[in-house]
Amino acid sequence: MLTKSKQVWEMPWSEITPEGVYRSRREFLQMAAVGSAGLAAGSVLAGCEARPEAAQAPLAFTKNQAYAVADPLNTFEEVTNFNNFYEFGTAKDDPARYASALTTKPWTVKVGGRVAKPGNYTYDDLVKPQTLEERVYRLRCVEAWSAVIPWIGFPLADLIKRVEPTSAAKYVAFTTLLRPNEMRGQRTGALDWPYVEGLRLDEAMHPLTLATVGLYGKELPNQNGAPIRIVVPWKYGFKSIKSIVSIEFVEKEPPTAWNIANPPEYGFYSNVNPERDHPRWSQRRERRLGGFLANIPTVKFNGYGDQVASLYAGMDLIKYY
Amino acid sequence: MPALVRLFKPAVFAAAAVPGVLLGLKAWRGDLGVDPVTTLLHTSGRDALLLLLSALSVTPIRRLTGWNRIQRVRRMLGLWAFAYALAHLSMYLVFNQLCYSIETCEFAAIWDDVVKRKFIFAGMLAFVILLALALTSTTGWIRRLGRNWARLHRFVYVAGASAIVHFIWKEKSDYSEPLQWGAALALLLGLRLVFAVRKWLGVRRAASRATA
Repeated sequence: MLTKSKQVWEMPWSEITPEGVYRSRREFLQMAAVGSAGLAAGSVLAGCEARPEAAQAPLAFTKNQAYAVADPLNTFEEVTNFNNFYEFGTAKDDPARYASALTTKPWTVKVGGRVAKPGNYTYDDLVKPQTLEERVYRLRCVEAWSAVIPWIGFPLADLIKRVEPTSAAKYVAFTTLLRPNEMRGQRTGALDWPYVEGLRLDEAMHPLTLATVGLYGKELPNQNGAPIRIVVPWKYGFKSIKSIVSIEFVEKEPPTAWNIANPPEYGFYSNVNPERDHPRWSQRRERRLGGFLANIPTVKFNGYGDQVASLYAGMDLIKYY
Repeated sequence: MPALVRLFKPAVFAAAAVPGVLLGLKAWRGDLGVDPVTTLLHTSGRDALLLLLSALSVTPIRRLTGWNRIQRVRRMLGLWAFAYALAHLSMYLVFNQLCYSIETCEFAAIWDDVVKRKFIFAGMLAFVILLALALTSTTGWIRRLGRNWARLHRFVYVAGASAIVHFIWKEKSDYSEPLQWGAALALLLGLRLVFAVRKWLGVRRAASRATA
């Protein structure tokens, strides 16, 4: 009889590096580094500074080997402490600092527009029927840095099929939560709130487009777009809208937040494209988050061209940037 | 009292070094956050601006308080501003443009950045002005240039404005921080305008009295 031993990749990330252990180990080392003289003061400070780390619940998922990346992963600490989520402030560490104010339970997503089954769906309505999978994707930010992240989610196409868009639906418009009392950045004019994004229906239905509810084996931390976001790995990061409360199926290209803010810099498509410079910087190279040198050549469609280039056959991607 | 007077210049020197020392300590302790390059670039840029505004505060403080001794630290503060700007530029060249060696340095990309990207152009303009002013800051050059030295060094106002513009154009949507720095610069330059206007009015009054 064959005994099936558990593969390494079947092990959830939380088992490999229990985060609490990792964290307390770091805190211990930091405290030790304070030195004996300052030890008492150090522990008091550590007590004050310790963030109320919302313990992210672990998720049950399978690892999808079809979506692996050769490069090493960015650490949990990196991907949760360097975020563009202007709802919580424009500094990269603002989201990690302030997103704990957001309550994500209960959570409802309004599905509307050209669909047979519109309605207000709870988080459980949307996620419970799905089998969650882990996929490692490259994320390329429009600011010329990139990261490698193990996301957990399910194909957005599965969700879309369930709500049955009609033949009139050509685009999908997404909206982020608007709640200024919990999202301090929304009390400023950094962008027109709420944040809106959109995809062509075929882009939204593409197997790579992931409805995402977790990373590193656990529920999404608030600063990464809890409780549900999308990840569109061949487009610049800002297309992967976070903390979604509305999905609307529409006939015309919907407005998108960064395009409203600055049309020449951020187009509707915003496919990763080293040939189309951002007006303020080149997109030919990128720097991996946490790394020092911008020495990684940026690849068209962020390296997913074999899967998505056909979506844009015959299109001038410099004109439709 | 003379001891205090003697300590004034070294004290200002030490204070001007503090931001750099703090950043160096943070780097040494591995305390630059999860993305050190962002922290290094942003902090050095801010420090350069802080020192430039400090240098530009000397004359207004002297005019408003009559405390002439402060003039003695003006050159030093200006050179510190240049030093921080040089550190800031070097980080861009090494990290962004791979200029840690001649072979790897992306000279074409740098040129492209300067001529095509107004945000880099503004920063580079500020740096080039500070470089020229630093080179001509010696007593020898002050003597050699005579009246033109003051004319040349008035370009520090352009450098300050370019640095603010560089900061504004770097931002994607939230301009509050660079606008606060800009307001501080506007105050320092505005005071000079007030002094100039008052001087001009004074000269006119004196002239009309003389002709009467």
